[in-house]
Amino acid sequence: MFSAFMTNTWIVATIVAVVAGVVGFFVVLRGSAFVADALPTGAFAGAAGASLIGVNTLFGLGAFSLLGALAIGWLGRRNRHDVAVALVLVAMLGLGALFLSFTTEYADEIYSLLFGEVLGIAVNEVAPVAAVSAVCIVAIIVMYRPLLLSTTMPEVGEARGVRAYRVEMAFLVIVALATSVAVPVVGALLIFSLMIGPPAAARAVTSRPFIALVLSAVIAVGTVWVAIALSYQTNWPIGFFVGAMGAACYAAGRGWVALRNALPRRPARLSPAAQR
Amino acid sequence: MGGILRAIFEPGFFSSGPVHVALLVGGVVAVVCGIVGMFTVMRGQSYAAHGLGDISATGGAGSFLLGISPIWGFAGTSVVAAGIMDLIGVQRVRGRDLATGIVRGAGLGLAALFLYWDTTRTSTTGAPVTILFGSLFTINSSLIWTIALFSVAAAGLIAVLYRPLLLSSVSADLAYVRGISVRVVGVLALAALALAVSLSAMTIGAILSTALLVGPAATALRLTSRPGPMMAWSALISLAATWLGVLLAYDSYYWPALPVDHDLGRQGWPVSFFVVVLILIFFLLARARRDQRGKGTCSAPS
Amino acid sequence: MNGLSVRLGGREVLHDVSFTLRRGEFVGLIGANGAGKTTLMRVILGLLQPAAGEILIGGRPRGRRAGAVGYVPQKIQLDPDMPLRARDLVGLGLDGNRLGFPLPSRSRRALVDEMLRAVNAEHIAQARVGNLSGGEQQRILIAHALISRPALLLLDEPLANLDIASEQEVVALLARIAREQQIAVLISAHEMNPLLPVMDRIVYMAKGRAASGPTDDVVRDDVLSELYGSHVDVIRLHGRILVVAGRGDGLDILADDGHGHDADPAATVGTVRTGTG
Repeated sequence: MFSAFMTNTWIVATIVAVVAGVVGFFVVLRGSAFVADALPTGAFAGAAGASLIGVNTLFGLGAFSLLGALAIGWLGRRNRHDVAVALVLVAMLGLGALFLSFTTEYADEIYSLLFGEVLGIAVNEVAPVAAVSAVCIVAIIVMYRPLLLSTTMPEVGEARGVRAYRVEMAFLVIVALATSVAVPVVGALLIFSLMIGPPAAARAVTSRPFIALVLSAVIAVGTVWVAIALSYQTNWPIGFFVGAMGAACYAAGRGWVALRNALPRRPARLSPAAQR
Repeated sequence: MGGILRAIFEPGFFSSGPVHVALLVGGVVAVVCGIVGMFTVMRGQSYAAHGLGDISATGGAGSFLLGISPIWGFAGTSVVAAGIMDLIGVQRVRGRDLATGIVRGAGLGLAALFLYWDTTRTSTTGAPVTILFGSLFTINSSLIWTIALFSVAAAGLIAVLYRPLLLSSVSADLAYVRGISVRVVGVLALAALALAVSLSAMTIGAILSTALLVGPAATALRLTSRPGPMMAWSALISLAATWLGVLLAYDSYYWPALPVDHDLGRQGWPVSFFVVVLILIFFLLARARRDQRGKGTCSAPS
Repeated sequence: MNGLSVRLGGREVLHDVSFTLRRGEFVGLIGANGAGKTTLMRVILGLLQPAAGEILIGGRPRGRRAGAVGYVPQKIQLDPDMPLRARDLVGLGLDGNRLGFPLPSRSRRALVDEMLRAVNAEHIAQARVGNLSGGEQQRILIAHALISRPALLLLDEPLANLDIASEQEVVALLARIAREQQIAVLISAHEMNPLLPVMDRIVYMAKGRAASGPTDDVVRDDVLSELYGSHVDVIRLHGRILVVAGRGDGLDILADDGHGHDADPAATVGTVRTGTG
């Protein structure tokens, strides 16, 4: 599996995993799991449409993801954006199905876009993926503090000039880009697992944000490597392994927290007499 | 006038057997989903419904491996997942969304595996499409009774539990004080949801199923502030979207092929696409209408 | 049939609380946060089981009969989108526990209208419950609780978030309801002063124990000092009452947060129980 043939996959997968882990950290922090779920479906439609027209799929992915991000941001300005997001998400999936129905490899295309394809990366795609990923990483680094502030203490952020709406839009765009590069490898339906499983595990282990961020990326990369290896060996879809390992990461994180809580603590309580 | 009618209803629409089945099944399922969906939206369980839809994909995919009809796969996993959701209970919203997402991811991953096995190990073709995007035109008419049974069960549960469900959705405390067993009512409502999800998955596909459950109800929410009328609107909108969807899908057989269309042997545009897009359109229309009338109703004098 | 008597020996939270209520009485359940008021209410409602003791309503043990006790929670979380008008919520107070759909009937509508009139809420009857202000929502919740003609009406901190004017309105409204409908009204609050004009009796709680009786009998230095387990002074000033702890330089006003001193659980509390009749 380490042949030159597969080199692209390893490279791209690593880059994508790093981005997923980093961006996913903030997704989990902001509780935007649902949004991170919705954007890839837009990507799915975009990729389907792009392959239809014969345009580079990455372009279609990116364009539709961005569109989706803007739509969600705009629709979600008021409260209750969950319904709007859900409907847009589903409409995107339907659109993708429509586009794919025009192709001859309907079932196969659907399958690989939704669930990932180990061999899904062409040589000429490595550079654009790397570029877009770099943009995402840089954006996160630049926005690190405003993002943290606006997520944890929005009012304080507003007072300091960090407009929550702008941060949200910028963040959505970043997530859109991150998902669009990951979809060809991991699949639209499962990129989500990669984005929330590793960060959830990282957060359980440490409460220092920067360490958690790095750890999240590391775990994501590990997940993807194992998934690729296993998928290559068994021919089973890579999405299955990503989904399973995402769940395993999450469970491990929760287990760790439970274990830590079960251990005897240092006595730091007041004397019983002070209790009512 | 006759020309217009003929254009809208392409030849053979009313006499086609699959169309009859599609209209009947689709209609019944639509109404049920509209009814059940009302409480899903009211109780803020849209995300749970979405999760159930995706998880049922796993069951549907698995059903091919077991050689049973997809509806049992959908229903089985749906009901079990709903039961687990109820057990886990209502914790902090954020943590629950995360957990639901993780489970969905695992479920979808499993579905991917099952679908892969479907295509490689069984003789069924097109399993991914059927499971994920529905099969309204290709439903075996022998399944009609099963579908009817599920529909009656789901709608019946909601109808019987209407008042206690309404009160406990507003406030669990108020309901409990009136002697309602909030827990039991909640579980039964989730069971109805699971059944409705599996029905919707049969018609428009597992991953699209949420649209039928959540869309019409959310649209109805913006049209009225009374529970009874809301339920009626929800069912009506759902029905309209489904039947229009069937009509358009049938008509699309006869539409000229688009320049991008590579597969000349295809069978028209997918039904589920139309249904989902129509639901979205209705929703946006209702939203725009409400925005135009000002910020809704704010303690307005009757 | 009137009144109920409550005797509880819950662990640390409520210790041997007893009192009786009579129809038409307006009783204030006064105590600081954490004194046990909410717990007591939840026990009366049947949401919590007492470790020991019993609750009798109308002479019979409290069962899960709907309608015997009306409850007005402090606030309920409502989506602005919740598809329920105010009058729908009131109607649910009548038959929300019955299965099936409500049949539209003239008598039902008339009853709902009557309740809305009683709480001065006719003008908001058609509004969505999620759009109501705090005070409006409260009145609708009162109508919801009253419509089933309970013997006892419980309100959990109804004055907590109101301004002075609204406070007085609500208190007057409730006193009128108690009198006219011959219902026992029990209101929990951490400040007794707004209720003084209309309160028939008081149940004063501290540290999980209670003293009940006419206000002047209960709110006294000796009774309250025993309740708190340390010395408190009761000061009457311009028609208002202040309960003050401590001597010398440091004074704590035990109105909003009764942080007290070490409790002495062995001290029994004097309970005043009036007879039935």
